[in-house]
Amino acid sequence: MKAAVITFPGSNCDRDLAVGFEKAGAEVIRVWHKDTELPKGVDIVGVPGGFSYGDYLRCGAIASRSPIGQAIADFAGRGGYAIGICNGFQILTEMGLLPGALMRNASLKYICKPVTLKVATSDSVFTAPYGKGAEVVFPIAHHDGNYTIDPEGLKALQGEDRVAFRYAQNPNGSVDDIAGVLSANRRVLGMMPHPERAIEDAQGGADGAALFRALAALGVEA
Amino acid sequence: MKARVHVMLKDGVLDPQGEAVRHALGHLGFGGVEAVRQGKVIELDLAATDKAAAEKEVVAMCEKLLANTVIEKYTIEIA
Repeated sequence: MKAAVITFPGSNCDRDLAVGFEKAGAEVIRVWHKDTELPKGVDIVGVPGGFSYGDYLRCGAIASRSPIGQAIADFAGRGGYAIGICNGFQILTEMGLLPGALMRNASLKYICKPVTLKVATSDSVFTAPYGKGAEVVFPIAHHDGNYTIDPEGLKALQGEDRVAFRYAQNPNGSVDDIAGVLSANRRVLGMMPHPERAIEDAQGGADGAALFRALAALGVEA
Repeated sequence: MKARVHVMLKDGVLDPQGEAVRHALGHLGFGGVEAVRQGKVIELDLAATDKAAAEKEVVAMCEKLLANTVIEKYTIEIA
């Protein structure tokens, strides 16, 4: 399985994300933001956390319109898998690949701590290894993680079972405690918490490893 | 030709920063501030000389980049 991990100026979780895929057995190709196409044969695109383009204008806004941004949108449009974590989630919403937007935390504070999440659906390659109702602990580290969506959009997400993760205790004001959402075809996941920072016990927990193992099995014949 | 774009959160979208400013004003003794909404102003120097064409282009800029129309609205002044 081949994963492309994008690096924007200001990305700071790109290496962690690459290591997450590699430790799970995937081949990782690092892709620069000025590239205009993804490498051939890629099974999934990883959009990492950080502060792409200094968070200028809005978090993720400029990255979502960068040269590689269009290639990612095209890839997802063809049914490709993608995962956006933290700033990557902000970028995917700015691209319109995922609904809603991430606003300033209700407390106005940057929050960096491990949080407990409830897996809200089993129906995705990302969440199937945990199962609906399971609890996992991933770190969060964000200032703008307050998920917002209009009431009709929220109803659609809930009705289509597209909430992937919810916070056990809402840290940032997100509507319906939402920590991560899926695209309509369930192949694009955006989430604020960092599974790639929880892949081995030395990091304080390894709950994220199962997610990467599931992704590493993509496209591999059983 | 100059354009000035005002970007504001849509009505009904909670503005935590505006709320914080409102609280701070209250602490400073400014009573009676019932609501604060915080937005941004973006000034553009344009080569265009035709006002209608400039406005059309700035609308496209707002839709594509300057505003996130999921949560924000914008107004444009051309001078």
